[in-house]
Parts: sequence; C-alpha cells; structure tokens
Amino acid sequence: MAARKSTKKPNVSAEELTKYYRDMLLIRRFEEKAGQLYGMGLIGGFCHLYIGQEAVVVGLEAAAEDGDKRITSYRDHGHMLACGMDPNGVMAELTGREGGYSKGKGGSMHMFSKEKHFYGGHGIVAAQVPLGAGLAFADKYKENGRVTFTYFGDGAANQGQVYETFNMAAIWDLPVVFVIENNQYAMGTAQARSTSTPDIYTRGAAFGIPGEAVDGMDVLAVKEASERAVGHCRSGKGPYILEVKTYRYRGHSMSDPAKYRTREEVQKMRSERDPIEQVRDLLLTGKHASEEDLKAIDKEIKEVVNQSAEFARTSPEPALDELWTDIYA
Amino acid sequence: MATEILMPALSPTMEEGTLAKWLVKEGDTVNSGDILAEIETDKATMEFEAVDEGIIGKILISDGSEGVKVNTPIAVLVEEGESLDAAPAAQEEAPTAGAPAAPAAAVAAAAPKPQPEVDTSPDWPEGTEVVKTTVREALRDAMAEEMRGNENVFLMGEEVAEYEGAYKISQGLLDEFGPKRVIDTPITEHGFAGIATGAAFAGLNPIVEFMTFNFAMQAIDQIINSAAKTLYMSGGQMGAPMVFRGPNGAAARVGAQHSQDYAAWYMQIPGLKVVMPYSASDAKGLLKTAIRDANPVIFLENEILYGRSFDVPKMDDFTVPFGKARIWREGTDATIVSFGIGMHYALEAADKLAEEGISAEVIDLRTLRPMDLPTVIKSVMKTNRLVTVEEGWPQGSVGSYIASEVMQQAFDYLDAPVVTCTGKDVPMPYAANLERHALITTDEVVAAVKQVTYR
Repeated sequence: MAARKSTKKPNVSAEELTKYYRDMLLIRRFEEKAGQLYGMGLIGGFCHLYIGQEAVVVGLEAAAEDGDKRITSYRDHGHMLACGMDPNGVMAELTGREGGYSKGKGGSMHMFSKEKHFYGGHGIVAAQVPLGAGLAFADKYKENGRVTFTYFGDGAANQGQVYETFNMAAIWDLPVVFVIENNQYAMGTAQARSTSTPDIYTRGAAFGIPGEAVDGMDVLAVKEASERAVGHCRSGKGPYILEVKTYRYRGHSMSDPAKYRTREEVQKMRSERDPIEQVRDLLLTGKHASEEDLKAIDKEIKEVVNQSAEFARTSPEPALDELWTDIYA
Repeated sequence: MATEILMPALSPTMEEGTLAKWLVKEGDTVNSGDILAEIETDKATMEFEAVDEGIIGKILISDGSEGVKVNTPIAVLVEEGESLDAAPAAQEEAPTAGAPAAPAAAVAAAAPKPQPEVDTSPDWPEGTEVVKTTVREALRDAMAEEMRGNENVFLMGEEVAEYEGAYKISQGLLDEFGPKRVIDTPITEHGFAGIATGAAFAGLNPIVEFMTFNFAMQAIDQIINSAAKTLYMSGGQMGAPMVFRGPNGAAARVGAQHSQDYAAWYMQIPGLKVVMPYSASDAKGLLKTAIRDANPVIFLENEILYGRSFDVPKMDDFTVPFGKARIWREGTDATIVSFGIGMHYALEAADKLAEEGISAEVIDLRTLRPMDLPTVIKSVMKTNRLVTVEEGWPQGSVGSYIASEVMQQAFDYLDAPVVTCTGKDVPMPYAANLERHALITTDEVVAAVKQVTYR
C-alpha cells in the first residue's frame, strides 16, 4: 500500500488515543451485534457491515468541528456512531422499530440525523456525492465556515456523477472533503479489474483538486490527513480529496460469501493491520493505559451495545399510521 | 453464562439451510470473528463467524444436516470453567420479526378518499386590474418576486445567467440578483440536480431550470430517489424544498428525443408535487406557490405557450393554490378535462362543439399531484360524459388514471365510456405532416366528445 503512514510517535494525547480506541471499538462491537441480530432475523433486507474500516470515520471525525456535515452511502453505521448518534436509535432503525432514527421507515441504508448533521445513508451508489457537494454549496452560500465530509467507495468512484461533481466543486470552490473509502472491492470486483487508476485520488488532478492517499488502517494517519483536508476547505481553497486505503473484513453485505478473495488475505489484514489492535498497542506500549483500563473500556462498550440491541428488540414496530406520514412536509 | 448459537439467516430471504461443515469442535476456544461453520443457503455456501468469545460446549446439529430452520440452536457456547448444565433451555431471544402487523390492520390504513367539497372561488377578486402578460414574463416575475422575498431562493441551470435562459425565461435576473443567486451550470444535469437537492437538504430553496425536461431524464435518479423520498426515509427530519422547472412536451419539429411529455411519469411519485400550467396567471401564481412549498415540485412548462399572452391580475402577491382545478368554460353535455397545452385543444374543441349545439364543460387540472378529482367528479355528475385530453402517450396516461378514478367513484353517473385523447403511441417523428398526426388534434377532441354524447 503506497499510502502515507504515521510515525509511531504520535503527537496525540492519551485522552485522544483512548477516545479513538473507544470509538473504533464501539463500531466494531456494534457491527458484530448487528450481524448477530441479522442472523436471528431481527434485521431484514440488506445490511452492510463496517468491520475493518473503523479507523476511517474515527480519524476523519477527529478533525471535524461542530456544525460540519457528513453524508455517505449505505455502509453507514460506522459514520453514524462516529459522529455521535445514539447507538440505540441506530440499532432500532436496523430492526425497523419506532425508536429508530427514521422511525423504522429508512432501515440500514437510509438513516439521517439533522441534530448531528448526518445527511444519510443513501442507497444509490454515488448519488450522495453531488448531494454532499450540495450541502457544501449551502454552507458556502450561507458563508458559515462549515465543511462537508462526502464519503464514497472505490466502486462509486467509477460513476459519472462523481466527476460531474468534481468539476462543479472545483469551479465553485465548494468546501467539501471527498473521502474515497477504498476498501479494494466494489462488491465482488477487485479494484484492478474495475478501475483504470491505481490511486483514485489522482483523478482529482484533472479537475485541479488536490488530494492524497492515506493508510486507512492507521487512525492517526487518517486524522493527520483529515486535518490537512479540512484546513484546506475551511480556508476557502475549495475541495480536497482523501483516498483512504482500507479493508472490510466481512462480505459486501450479510449475504455475500466473499469468494472473490482468499481467507488468507482477510486473515493477514486482520492479524497484521487491524486498526483497533494498532491503537491498543500504542496505548499499552506508551503506558497510556493498562490491560485493566482497556478491559474496563471493552466491558463498558459491550454494555452499550447490548443495551442498544435490547432497545432495538423491545422498541415497538411503528404504528400503522406511520405508513402515511412524512410523504409531504 | 452459556449462550446458544443459533442457525443464522444469511440472506434477506433465507428461511432454512444446510449446516455443511463445522470448522470447530466441542472444547475449542473461539474468539469473535472466528469462522465456526460453513452453511449452505439456496444461493451459496457462507462462512459463519463467532460473535461472542467462549468455548464450544456442545454441538447440537451435526455436519451435513439439511433443512435447518433459521434460529434453531446449533451449538452451545460456554465460558471458561463453566459446565454445560448452565446452558439455558431456550433463549429469551426468540425472534419476533417474522410476525409483523396483521393484514386486517393494513386494510384499515388504506389511503384516505378525496374530499367531496369543491372550491369554486375565483383566482383573484372581481374588479382587480389585469395586465396582458406572456407566460414567459409571468414565470420570470414569479421567480423575481420570490427571490426578493426570500434570500434562500436561488436559480441554477444551463444558460440561466449570462445568456438569460435558453428560452429567455430568466431575463434580467442576473442583473438584479447577481451571480451568487443566478448560477450558470456546466452541461451536467445529473450532477447539478444532485447538488441542488443537497443544498435543499441543508435548508436552501433552489429553483433548478432544465433547459428541457427531456434532459432531466439524466437527473431522474436524484429527483426521485433523493429529492422525493428523503423526507419519508428520514422519518420527517429533512426533505427537499425546491422546484425543478423547464419546458416539457413537444415543441415543433425537434424530433423524438426533444419531444416528450413527462406529466404521467412524475405524477406517479409520492413525495413529488406536479404542476402543469396553461395560462400566464397560473404560470405565475402556481410557480410562486411552488417556490414556497416545502416539498420538491416538478413544474412542467411548454415552449409553445411561452409566447402566449393571458390576463394576469395586478396584485402585490398573487398566488394560486395547488390541488384546485379551474373551470374555464361551463357546460352541460360533456366534461373535457385537460392541463398544460392540452387546454389549447380542449378550449378550441369546445368552441367548435358549441357551434354544433353541444355544450362542453372544460376543466384545467393545473396541478396533477395533488389532483383535484372532486371538481372532475362533480362535473361528471352533471354532464355524465367525460373526455380527457393530453399530449403524452396512451399507456399509463394521466387520462387513464382519471378514467379509472371516475369509474370507481362515479360509475353510476356515466352514460358513456370515458374517452382518453392522447398523443399517438409512437416516438415523435420529424416530418411536419407526421408530427401533426402524432400530436393530439382539436378534431380528435371534437370527435371524442361526439362519441361520448352519441352524436
């Protein structure tokens, strides 16, 4: 991976490091629980897990300020947890219950939080890219200094509307960070089979948009790059592209047997590059935390996740009247 | 505490599967993420991973078992030092998702029927001064007035600013409002429709001009999947208060790709409102209403009508509400329902019919969603005969929807089958004579009214 790596002497505080550990662990445990609930039939339809990619959203969010916006496609649970949405509300949306963020009417792929400036959760690959530029357009129009994180995958990077958006974002200097979450497989198609350029961020050069690749398994490298990107956008210089090279451990969705890659490839990534283990090592070797401290965090996260599953199971199904609400404002 | 490992559902439709192979045995320690077993669904063989850590206490379903129902316990996981006796007999986590609402309740939630009341109030007070205005000017005036009143309204589209509109609708707007609010886009419909929709999510009120609605097909995913559905999908948290407008339907001699009426397409979408004005006063009053509406509005104009002049009231703030049809001409023998440029044929036909002693009532729907069916039904109750007129194609036309509703709501009042006059079921030809035949004609409307009145 040709991505930028952070030095192993991070310029972060113990509190920050612990926060990243906690936030990434919450996503992982949450997703494992979601997988379990899916297996039990409590979650229906499509369910795309974020396991393996945790450092991307946690590193990006580390550079976000209050009021900054984010938007992504359907592998969205991690983004929601990372921006502070309530795990209960997210899990209850997955089970299609009244207590879910969309009152059970959106599901895994379509979830929103106006309060947390999370603009979805979109089911059509790459449709969120112009939408995200539109959010940034509104911020520029209102001159409020806000930045929008627009996430999309290596698969979406081959949709035409991405480049329509790059062009307009560049000519209008929109304050948008395009985050390409390159997990190397567009569903079952490896990047080399679908994409003409090995580093997708280089496509921005054609539009005059600066960008870089970053090691997406290293939360500190992601954070550092994110600060650079956000600084660029906030200073009025227009869009910036971050290609975050990451890896998903699970299949594309719950029903993907993942025959397009070897078990060894996944295992190697898990054992050598795991983003959570990397921070765990930093915390322990830097003596920022003891095994006991981390165990306590693990336990606390497990309780939060179990509580969310309990809420998602016991929250009632939406009332039938809800069928007819929210069609028109 | 011991926990049961249940047969997982590994696809949206899986109800049972084959436990092909265990990859762990009793006594093995497992961590979350470890592969426990291979399970065959109807589509594929999938690996099944552990969620919790522990020791495999007992395997309940052996290798090769077929037809194992989802949620059947297949193994028991125990913690270190724990005996198998501690395993619960049955977990309280039994699934409930398979038992949703009873079907009887779904019937109770059927869509509400249209209101029987009909609003017949005039669009403006009697005695108001009127000014002859073209549809083109009326549209421009509507945008300018709303932009003056609301800083968050802006216009975006191809050639809307410096060129002042491919059809000169936005004349003078750049001068008055500047390039921040009157924005030329590149030729990139899908992209700018998405950007405008995102801006609407964030609280602005975009007016998107499509040079023609033919080009909006490039953007239709953003219009329907993003603009129309987000309010619902977000449980009411955010929507798209915006207008998509531009000329729709056939112009003259521009051939198949530039001559299509999208009224029936957009009318089908819950979450959209659809407007198709005929007169200049409606163009102005309805566009002002559209810009203020908190929902995405499809505003279908017509190039041939742009230059036509109509009376427009001289009022500070003239608006026309959605969902209120206008009766242009009262009559007793048959009802003609139309909208947009179809009104031209409907009114011309009514004049000709009057010369032959047939009295036609002519209704302009003005908005297709919401649609003022009560006014149509009330008229049919009087005339007992109905003809619909539109430029679009026959299959799945606006007229076929109206015919179906009238049949369901006023069957006993009909003295003849409803006739739906539409454009011909062909792509638009270029040749002048063929194009004339492809479009709806006044003579066809006259013939249709004679058919339903048995004259």
